[in-house]
Amino acid sequence: MSIFIDENTKVVVQGIGSQGTFHAKRNQAYGTKVVAGTHPKKGGTTWEELGLPVYATVKEAVEAEGVNTSMVMVPAPFTKDAIIEAYEAGVETIVTITEGVPVHDMTEVYDTVVRRGGVRLIGPNCPGVISPGKSNVGIIPADTTMPGNVGLVSRSGTLTYQIMHELAQAGIGISTCVGIGGDPVIGTQFQEVIQAFAEDPETHAIAFVGEIGGSEEQLAGEWIRDNIPDTPVVGYIAGFEAPPGKQMGHAGAIVKEGGPGGESAAEKKEILEGYGIAVAMNPSEAARLMIERLA
Amino acid sequence: MDLVEFQGKQLFGRNGVPVPPTGTVCRTVDEIVAAAEQHLADGHGAVVVKAQVKTGGRGKAGGVKLASSVEEAREHAGSILGLDIKGHTVNVVYVEPASDIVEEYYLSVMHDRVGKGHLVICSREGGVDIEEVNRTNPDAVVKRTLTPTETAAGLSPDTAAEIVAAADLPAEVRAAAADLLVALFAAYRAEDATLAEINPLIRRPDDSVIALDAKVTLDGNAAFRHDGYAEWQIAGLEANSPLEAEAQEKGIQYVKLDGNVGVLGNGAGLVMATLDVVAQHGGRAADFLDVGGGASADAMAESLALVLKDPDVKSVFVNIFGGITRGEEVANGIIESTNRLGEFPQKLVVRLDGTNADEGRRLLDEAALPNVISAATMDEAASKAVALAAQA
Repeated sequence: MSIFIDENTKVVVQGIGSQGTFHAKRNQAYGTKVVAGTHPKKGGTTWEELGLPVYATVKEAVEAEGVNTSMVMVPAPFTKDAIIEAYEAGVETIVTITEGVPVHDMTEVYDTVVRRGGVRLIGPNCPGVISPGKSNVGIIPADTTMPGNVGLVSRSGTLTYQIMHELAQAGIGISTCVGIGGDPVIGTQFQEVIQAFAEDPETHAIAFVGEIGGSEEQLAGEWIRDNIPDTPVVGYIAGFEAPPGKQMGHAGAIVKEGGPGGESAAEKKEILEGYGIAVAMNPSEAARLMIERLA
Repeated sequence: MDLVEFQGKQLFGRNGVPVPPTGTVCRTVDEIVAAAEQHLADGHGAVVVKAQVKTGGRGKAGGVKLASSVEEAREHAGSILGLDIKGHTVNVVYVEPASDIVEEYYLSVMHDRVGKGHLVICSREGGVDIEEVNRTNPDAVVKRTLTPTETAAGLSPDTAAEIVAAADLPAEVRAAAADLLVALFAAYRAEDATLAEINPLIRRPDDSVIALDAKVTLDGNAAFRHDGYAEWQIAGLEANSPLEAEAQEKGIQYVKLDGNVGVLGNGAGLVMATLDVVAQHGGRAADFLDVGGGASADAMAESLALVLKDPDVKSVFVNIFGGITRGEEVANGIIESTNRLGEFPQKLVVRLDGTNADEGRRLLDEAALPNVISAATMDEAASKAVALAAQA
């Protein structure tokens, strides 16, 4: 098994520009069932590069192709509407890659889509989800990993690839890797992904990669202590060297000055270690700790 | 993007949040003196000379002073211009007619990351650090998280009235404060702010309430809805680092740090991790630079040029793991930028992996650049870059 996406995942791509096409093609080549694209003005045409139909709306794609997952790659100004369109069309899983979405837009999306339930929204500003050997929805370079039993969840894209790569070199594969995104408001939190991993019989260990800012890592850590104390879990929090008050690239990666505390990497590490979770000082150490746990 | 006080008040004013009589933005002692003269001649009893910097604690640092004569204003102008407030040099000063203060309150609307909504905070105790009030007397601080759905048509007057009453603002000012809160919330939404804070909100002798200070943060991601926030970008308000200002202009994610190893990578998390690894190998990063997803050769070249421009940078760690950014684009960027830059003293330690990384490495090898050293792992690259910086 795996979580969120698998061999039954049928993907429509919202946003079939050059980036959308480049990555959808790679997903298709990997074996992902990419079945259609949407474009408001190109309904009824063919998506030449992938040899797939283009529909004007997600609803039509759902009706015609039995789509259950959407990959959103439209530009940031149109992302809110694209997510809501996919939700209203009944798509079960919406993976939003787009970065730079205004925080008020995402807050609205969270309220109108996520809080109502019945849908899994991943991202935005994330690399997507891969269940190796089954499906890859997003921009994760699939050749950095292979099928296995470690569940990986992360706020960062490239940092995740780094860890998968190091695990793969040690012969360790992944059940599913979920990039939840680096924005302040995202559809799916650490804790929800970890809960899903806990219920997945194929996931035997969990690695999670957090960042400075916010407190989602701590909530996940508390849940792990209370619910799955015997599962091997390894964490890494990026940004030990990040000065307070400075936004480190990701909109959500900032230690607020004079804020509530608990937002720095050192504080998060200490809190998580208090919950009995091994926290590495860098991504290579995280991979090493996981390798040791599984030996 | 943070606004300074006078910009915040401008934003408030155009959205119907009452503010003091409009003051004058000045950059020289002469301008401050002339502005004070004008406002005093207009019948205002005094003016306040206020440093315009993007940091708190201006009053304590001597950046806010009252003047009831032109001479006093001249004196304050001399002491405030050029003042260093927490690393921000005062280049811009706002001269504002002084307001009569009967009482001071606190009011703010901010984006609530945890509650995923809008957080309104109101307190009868204003003019002081609200976090401190929250610690010592939490009952005096009223907090309400509101969802976008319940505020789709704006903050309702009933909710606003309920909040100011719960904060125990005096009966005489409640109606005016509630109206102001409705306007403040509308401003926060319309302008894509993530913070709109008034501290203090003052009561005047006639029981009117106005925003005596304004702290506004705008969402950089929403700039496309507001002409790129061009109206707020004025000279003299940049952060202390001219390189950060240049990066912002070019749309590069860059933060100046205090070490000597230049760092450039793709993906915020990976770059943060790169800083951590450099530190663990005994070095310190000179910067954080994320070339981002989908970086073209042009973006790569521009980023590298920026890092190399920093006189503190003695070596550079280029850390790329390919997802959206393809290996050959990265390699082309490095080749092109080193060609464009001509000769430079620093060595680049490049670690390249991921999508099309083989192709990228092949291009780099073929180019045989004299300044480029490749490394297989992050640890190896960090250790090489730190050693090179120490030797330089």
